[in-house]
Amino acid sequence: MATKKIINRGDDAVDEMLDGVIAAHGDVVMQLAENPRALVAREGPRKGKVGLVIGGGSGHEPTFLGFVGKGLADAAAIGNVFASPPPDPVLACTKAVDGGAGVLYMYGNYAGDVMNFDMAAEMAAMEDIEVRTVLSTDDIASAPVSEREKRRGVAGNFFIFKAGGAACDMMLPLDECERIARKANDHTYTIGVALSPCSLPQTRKWNFEMGENDMEIGMGIHGEPGMMRESLQTADEITDRIMDSIFEEMAPQKGDRVAVLVNSLGSTPLMELYIMNRRVHQRLGEAGLSAHKTWVGGYCTSLEMAGASITLMHLDDELTRMVDHPCACAMFNG
Amino acid sequence: MSRNQARELVSMFYAISEAIEAERGSLTRLDGVIGDADHGITMSTGFLAVNSALSKLDMENCTPSDVFFTAANAFLNAVGASTGPLYATAFLCAATAVRQHDCVDGRFLCSIFAAIAEGIRERGKGARGDKTMLDAWLPAAEAAHAAYERGASVDQIAREAAEAGAAGAAATRAMIASKGRAARLGERSLGHIDPGAASARIIIETIGVHFKKSIQQ
Repeated sequence: MATKKIINRGDDAVDEMLDGVIAAHGDVVMQLAENPRALVAREGPRKGKVGLVIGGGSGHEPTFLGFVGKGLADAAAIGNVFASPPPDPVLACTKAVDGGAGVLYMYGNYAGDVMNFDMAAEMAAMEDIEVRTVLSTDDIASAPVSEREKRRGVAGNFFIFKAGGAACDMMLPLDECERIARKANDHTYTIGVALSPCSLPQTRKWNFEMGENDMEIGMGIHGEPGMMRESLQTADEITDRIMDSIFEEMAPQKGDRVAVLVNSLGSTPLMELYIMNRRVHQRLGEAGLSAHKTWVGGYCTSLEMAGASITLMHLDDELTRMVDHPCACAMFNG
Repeated sequence: MSRNQARELVSMFYAISEAIEAERGSLTRLDGVIGDADHGITMSTGFLAVNSALSKLDMENCTPSDVFFTAANAFLNAVGASTGPLYATAFLCAATAVRQHDCVDGRFLCSIFAAIAEGIRERGKGARGDKTMLDAWLPAAEAAHAAYERGASVDQIAREAAEAGAAGAAATRAMIASKGRAARLGERSLGHIDPGAASARIIIETIGVHFKKSIQQ
């Protein structure tokens, strides 16, 4: 049986969503005439500033398009659902945000995204635009620390993009923007837990099976399998397991500061996120850590998947400044 | 001569699109097991876009190379994902390769298989045994080459490439994915045919069948 969705034609879902986004946020973002899958900030791109282009598949809203605006990303290239955008919209974004100081690409580490963005970077180079790339690899459940470069990017994108976007908005040179973005990625740790699958608008079929009482810690935002399928546990138990894994790798010292993101994968409500957040803060307190800022809500979703993820960014003074830098985006102000 | 070749290639792409359309559901089901359940949609979208772009070509002034070049761009920009760059690069390599041929013969067929396999290998930086579409394309290209070297007929080359492609796709069942999205599954990918290899098998078979037919005519 087809899953229930409020859509028209499945194949039109992405473009119709973009129409709606423009109707709501046309004062902040615009579609480029030459490529409607290229969404550019009305304010932000300017001469002498490193341009920040983010992007990826649709279905993770507000990632990526919601983070386009002054102080964060200058543009986002929009792909089909769960599929990387082709090089064309990436290149269109690149040209639109190039202020002569180079362009930074930031996106999650997935094979398809890497190939398409790399092809766009090659084309940009032919037009004398220097492009640097920083991949997010914050999902610590997706590969062991020894293979960190294989990890995928998930909800931590929000912190990593925000830090990169701040550096660009502060008019720092390309080298510095790239360094700060890399550092942000190195300091960001995410693990998710999934409770139920999601379905693509074009197929309207569950994209994986999950038992009625099952959960999977470490599942990715396209339903990539996590570490283990097991019976559903309490909020405190789930949060503890996630926090234990993050702490083990982050190795924080007493007195350190972190930024916290408790993120819904789609259909998990705020009530449950706040219950998790309560436990996150208890654990931070017990470890002698302070939460500099906390965000709770749907920041990187996976269509209607039920589940949540916890992200910590291990802050130093520089990253704190970046996280605190104001931004005004289509779906996020802060 | 080359004008006929171009028409041949355009109808070959139509045939591929039809074959993919017929298997759209089964490809998507395969991908649901070890990927994100969109491979059938992706391939269908890509080849429909190829057909649409090819239908706009001025066939009077079109070379085989133009056909592959047009197909590459159309596929890439309709699809993105990882399949987009892989097949786009494959068709671009084929566009270069077919420049050196002036008739539809065994050598032409061989060079198409070889160029596609090489393009995919180059762009994806993959190898045999990674449990990807290369596990169908590389054996198919090698089998085609071996058959051609033996002096086999176009018919025989097409058949041997198709058999090797099918065997290669089937062999992915016993492989552990190390590239692409299924790589996250590790050993849990065992026992499932790679959807990219499954669609490659369909394309290889269709190219072969198409050339057999066109030679017979």
